[in-house]
Amino acid sequence: MALLETRALTAFYGDFQALFGIDTRLEAGETVAIIGANAAGKSTYLKAIAGLAVGEAESVWLDGEAIGALPPAAIMRRGIALVPEGRRLFPSLTVAENLMIGRYGRAAPGPWSLDAVYALFPKLTAMRHRPSTTLSGGEQQMVAIGRALMSNPRVLLCDEISLGLAPIVIRDIYAALPRIKDGGTSVILVEQDIVQALKVADRVYCFQEGRVSLSGAPAGLTRDQIHAAYFGA
Amino acid sequence: MTGWIDTIIQGVLLGGLYALFAAGLSLIFGIMRLVNLGHGDLIVLAAFVILVLTKGLGVNVFVGLALAVPIMFALGYALQRFVLNRTLGRDILPPLLVTFGLSIIIENALLEVFSADSQRLDAGPLETASVALGGDIAVGVMPLLTLVSAVAVILALNFLFYATPLGRAFRATSDDPPTAELMGIDNRHIFSVAMGIALVVTAIAALYLGVRANFDPTIGPARLIYAFEAVIIGGLGSLWGTLAGGIIIGVAQTVGAHINPEWQILAGHVAFLIVLVLRPRGLFPRAVD
Repeated sequence: MALLETRALTAFYGDFQALFGIDTRLEAGETVAIIGANAAGKSTYLKAIAGLAVGEAESVWLDGEAIGALPPAAIMRRGIALVPEGRRLFPSLTVAENLMIGRYGRAAPGPWSLDAVYALFPKLTAMRHRPSTTLSGGEQQMVAIGRALMSNPRVLLCDEISLGLAPIVIRDIYAALPRIKDGGTSVILVEQDIVQALKVADRVYCFQEGRVSLSGAPAGLTRDQIHAAYFGA
Repeated sequence: MTGWIDTIIQGVLLGGLYALFAAGLSLIFGIMRLVNLGHGDLIVLAAFVILVLTKGLGVNVFVGLALAVPIMFALGYALQRFVLNRTLGRDILPPLLVTFGLSIIIENALLEVFSADSQRLDAGPLETASVALGGDIAVGVMPLLTLVSAVAVILALNFLFYATPLGRAFRATSDDPPTAELMGIDNRHIFSVAMGIALVVTAIAALYLGVRANFDPTIGPARLIYAFEAVIIGGLGSLWGTLAGGIIIGVAQTVGAHINPEWQILAGHVAFLIVLVLRPRGLFPRAVD
């Protein structure tokens, strides 16, 4: 049985249908990348799993439990943490407080704690008492990832964590992913930066206009296949 | 000269009462951007709760307050959970209308049950006790307790806000409700706890209101205005600012009354208007809005 599964997942924005029956599987310990062009439905897919979009109970399964109709707080408590697009740190909280609030709803035992996050992103140690608004984009992204890790989630959902960041900063952030994986957390990565995504992923799903157009292990996929799945033949 | 010093000291102490009126309002606005027009009537309701408890059980007013605290917390929690949470959203009008209606319902329900007769809470010998400050100045123990309670309430709320996980959750929810949900925070529950705490503060305010002067079911809206003015003078969402705002109104009122007894209420409102002209965002506005 897969750890996290979507079955015929659909999502709507009013009358506009963003997802048309998405079937995906995430095994325990696996890192899966979701790639695709803008408006392919990648972020909507993560939001649907996190409970930010109202859906059918039977469309999302965590460890054999149908969770598709639960509110976000209940899903987080079951061990799915989202690093939201745009980071969404809390401006009136300091860096340390932003990290600590990550375990408000769920404080499961596991490898992640304040010290472990500071060890993962040493830059943050000196900034722990600063308001989160004074940090650079890359540093804010580190806090956002750390905040999601604080609950020791079973599944970490990362929405466009490289968006708007300098290449060198992206490299720093991606360097953390293997260590997150080693901690036992499974990861779903939504990414426009295909090169980064293919480097760290065990498997890839390519989305096109709300449908899965291609899936498989990165090694088994050719550039042409990805190109076709990305833009449509 | 002694007369003026005395006037200002009495004003500061009166300001403690206004700060207590305002602290609950400030807390609720700070966390959920809800302007509670029923706040003044909730203070009066709390005063009647304490009155019924002290008269019914024959206990001291402070024991009455201690008994009223869990009742008011439960009332606040239920009010938010089952009524006010439904009004929160992008539109600011529904909460205004609903709390305005709440104000009318509370006032009329109290009139129905307790009639329009004036009531007061009896604090016994404490009411006439005073402390000499040297010179010819003495302050009443109850007014002094009012100010001390106001400072203690603000300190306690600040501790709650800035040093506890619940306080972090309050601030996070205030910043960004959808993202707070992603942290496992149940916003509806958090808002309900906040309203419960606000009504506990209201009960403390009600004790000093009822001991200081007569009250009847119709005086709520005037208390709401003082509370509003204190919150706005201090800057929306700042608890210390709210204390400062209460003291400014209190001092303005006693100074006004010292010049001419007819000017007491007017002087408080004029002070509010002057601050509003000079510092439209209040004395201590929050950096983040």
